[in-house]
Amino acid sequence: MDPGFPVLSLLIFLPLLGALLIALLPGKHTPTEWLVQNAPGNAVDYPKWLALGISAGTLIIALVMFIIFDRSVSGFQFVDEFDWISAEAVGFNVKYAFGVDGLSMPLVFLTALLTVVAVLVSWRIDLRTKEYFAWLLVLETSVLGVFTSLDLIFFFLFWELELVPMFLLISIWGSGNRNYSALKFVLYTVFGSAFMLVGFLALGVAADTFDIREIRQDVLAAAFLPAPAIFAFILIAFAIKLPVVPLHTWLPDAHTDAPTAVSVMLAGVLLKMGGYGILRLLFTMMPEVGADADLALAIIGAVSIVYGAIVTIRQTDLKRLIAYSSVSHMGFVLLGVAALGTTGMSGAAMQLVTHGLITGMLFVMVGLVYDRTHTREISEMKGLMHHIPLLGIGMVFAGLAGLGLPALAGFVAEITIFLGAFASQTAPVSVALLGVLLAAAYILWALQRTFFGPRDEKWSHLPDANHWSEFTIIGALMALIVLLGVYPSIVMDLLEMGVEPIVTELEAVVSAGAGGG
Amino acid sequence: MLSDVNLLGPELVLLVVGGFLLLADLFLKDRRLLMGVSVAALMGSILYSGVLLTEGHVGQQAFDGVLVVDKFAIFFQILLAAAAMVAVLVSTETLQRTPSRRGEYLALILFSTAGLQLLAGSRDLIMVFIALELTSISQYILVGFHKDRWGSEGGLKYLLTGAVASAVLLYGMAILLGLTGSTNLAEIASYIAWQGEGKEEALMLAAVFLIAGFGFKAAVAPFQMWAPDAYTGAPTPIAAYLSVASKAAAFAILIRIFFEALGDDLLAEHWKTIFAALATLSMFVGNFFALRQNNIKRMLAYSSVAQAGTLLIGLAAISADRGELLGASGILFYLAGYTVTNLAAFTVIILIANQNGGSYDIRKYAGLGKRSPWLAFVLSFALISLIGLPPTAVFFGKIYLFETAVQSGLAWLAIVGTINTVISAAYYLRPVKAMFVDSAPDEDDEQPMPRPSNSVLATMGLVTAGVLVIGLHPSLLINAAEAAVAAIFS
Repeated sequence: MDPGFPVLSLLIFLPLLGALLIALLPGKHTPTEWLVQNAPGNAVDYPKWLALGISAGTLIIALVMFIIFDRSVSGFQFVDEFDWISAEAVGFNVKYAFGVDGLSMPLVFLTALLTVVAVLVSWRIDLRTKEYFAWLLVLETSVLGVFTSLDLIFFFLFWELELVPMFLLISIWGSGNRNYSALKFVLYTVFGSAFMLVGFLALGVAADTFDIREIRQDVLAAAFLPAPAIFAFILIAFAIKLPVVPLHTWLPDAHTDAPTAVSVMLAGVLLKMGGYGILRLLFTMMPEVGADADLALAIIGAVSIVYGAIVTIRQTDLKRLIAYSSVSHMGFVLLGVAALGTTGMSGAAMQLVTHGLITGMLFVMVGLVYDRTHTREISEMKGLMHHIPLLGIGMVFAGLAGLGLPALAGFVAEITIFLGAFASQTAPVSVALLGVLLAAAYILWALQRTFFGPRDEKWSHLPDANHWSEFTIIGALMALIVLLGVYPSIVMDLLEMGVEPIVTELEAVVSAGAGGG
Repeated sequence: MLSDVNLLGPELVLLVVGGFLLLADLFLKDRRLLMGVSVAALMGSILYSGVLLTEGHVGQQAFDGVLVVDKFAIFFQILLAAAAMVAVLVSTETLQRTPSRRGEYLALILFSTAGLQLLAGSRDLIMVFIALELTSISQYILVGFHKDRWGSEGGLKYLLTGAVASAVLLYGMAILLGLTGSTNLAEIASYIAWQGEGKEEALMLAAVFLIAGFGFKAAVAPFQMWAPDAYTGAPTPIAAYLSVASKAAAFAILIRIFFEALGDDLLAEHWKTIFAALATLSMFVGNFFALRQNNIKRMLAYSSVAQAGTLLIGLAAISADRGELLGASGILFYLAGYTVTNLAAFTVIILIANQNGGSYDIRKYAGLGKRSPWLAFVLSFALISLIGLPPTAVFFGKIYLFETAVQSGLAWLAIVGTINTVISAAYYLRPVKAMFVDSAPDEDDEQPMPRPSNSVLATMGLVTAGVLVIGLHPSLLINAAEAAVAAIFS
């Protein structure tokens, strides 16, 4: 698909331009009479309107791309590329190259969507709104850049760029022990990317290019590091991001202390960068090593699923509970990847999309509840359903989607992963099934303790969902979760298309290995 | 012989104007005029370098091969003059404090710059030593310029350790001369190539002395002990100047001596290891001490030790095929990026100190994001660049240098470098956090800010733009760096 116009670059950089615009315009406390005709003395808080407009514009571009995306041809579409750095003499060549394929297209759409959700869910923020919305949009650009980069250096650039807005968003607008959590998040990520960079450089030096489309297994013979070492180095970064046990400890802290919108972005799209990286980079460029690592990945996945679920059950803070459940759910991604087949891998990719929607929604609901109760302690809440039924329905819906109720999105992804992985990874899958059981337990138990049970008059003053922004978010996310649950192929076809080339190469590798051995 | 003077143009402009400023000090007191003359001299020096580059003088040797005008030397001449120009432009406040010694201050900056420029073009050990002394003596005085307690302590420490370093350097040169019978770099190289066999130990002894001597100038651990005190005591523009210009020139001469004179495989295998070890040590020492600093000048002093360690990766990264070209051009590219970035950081620090009543305490930066959002933003941008995060100058510099390490089989060094990047994030982000996250303790009795001088503001804009431009369009500088080092390896 070539629209004859750099639509992808526009998509990636529109939020960044919007952030600059917001930052450069005067803040709401400056007298801006030309903007405040209708409400004298009550300045319009336009940063949020600008942010909404820009993120909605980005979403529309993403939607248009999603619709005109040519589903009949595999490979990258909407490609924008030119040489950025060409130092031929020393072999340091970097391309400005961006493109989307079946794997990245749904994730790009998810990112654009969740940014709009994040803006809407921040509608009542009143602390330094200008900076807040500007950084939120910078975050969107960096995530979109990661999902669409076709050059390792640009992938790394956007991967690192995301740290700056995240650090500030958590440490300024967060709660609790926010400084500690923000720094922990940054240090964990930078630690991972340190290894990732070495891996990238080893690949780039051996291949004389950083183009993801060109680096393949056969160049690795020339690399300075053995291929498994490169694989492991890059995997460390993705494993921290995903996150897998035991590299997950930054996640609950970051989630608990982050503002709601940042939790939504973090769980919804930032974690997905890890899973996406494993598929797009590791298994595309190094299928041979990947095929050998399948059992290890499956075991790590199963451990994450079960350990994450067990820890989740013991949480007393609602937000922390959902954070830990993410650890468990992201384990499914590794399990699906380890299946090495189309079913398992597209299930893993599907899990990235559906978990983004579902956990995004869970964090939205917890955030909205917290806005009213000002507590996240499960033990302090009781019978909320009596007082805030609309929010309660949203919460229950998201919870049921999270535990994998059929006809909702989460079920599709998990069942596909199990189907794909059961034959090749029987033992880890059997263990992981326990995780599904535990998921039902922790979600239902948490809902029971907070929303159900006898009426508690302490909460009778709570207002239910009453603002258009809240209805919009809840309605849109619910609709999408149902849509993907009953008609998954709208996304599943794309994802299958995206993983197809990976699987083809994997099969070639495996059959060559079998024939040779 | 006389025509060779032409080739010395960039340095001569500075020396002549510097001499004039010393004399003019007696009757000219106008700060703007004196600063204008100095900036004009530096501009003239840059233009002269440009003329030498375009008028076909590249590759010519002057005074029997003592000095050379190649693209490598010109690269550094321009970089050093530009750094000095920034130092002059941000010296407004320093000059206001010392009305009677303005000419002296500016003249010393020019002399020191000329010395550093000569260093970059030296191809003879005697010339190296003379150039080094010219610049060092000017800098000793500049560091102690304020004559207060901290200035005197810093200046004296710098002088004493510097004298020892010079002595060590002379030892090394004397050994080289004794062994090879020449002080000319090319002759030393050819001697080693033909008759060096069996003399590796003695040659390496000389090399170690040279590394120690120049390591002192570049503030490489374990020769960094002067840096924190000198930076703290010196006028801040001088600290900025030391942190970039001295380092740049020291690396220029290290590249020249080690790749040109001692580049034979016979020795390279050995000094490669030394540089790798020093790089590791410097990065860890610099970063760990920087973690504990509350004074931002001291923090940047230790961080510059760590940055010197990162630069040393380029010297360790040589390999059989194209590795040495890569490592050296990586150093040049990184140096240029680091120079603009560190100057940007120091410029903002000067502006902030003018508003904070001369305080360099990071804790006093609290709430600055609210009071002066632009200053806070530029400082954050510079600090983020110093970490090596995109889209800034040092980001590509780091990637480039680490790639050289990986290419020459030193992947472990790249890992050490990246781990140190993580450590450095912890302290570079502290001022960022203080400015944007913490709130000022006494928000009510806020002093009205004195308006910063235009020259400082303009400089801040310029260097910040430089950081961004190199970060977004690194090709230009990379190509320049490659062309510059190609001159040495041709």
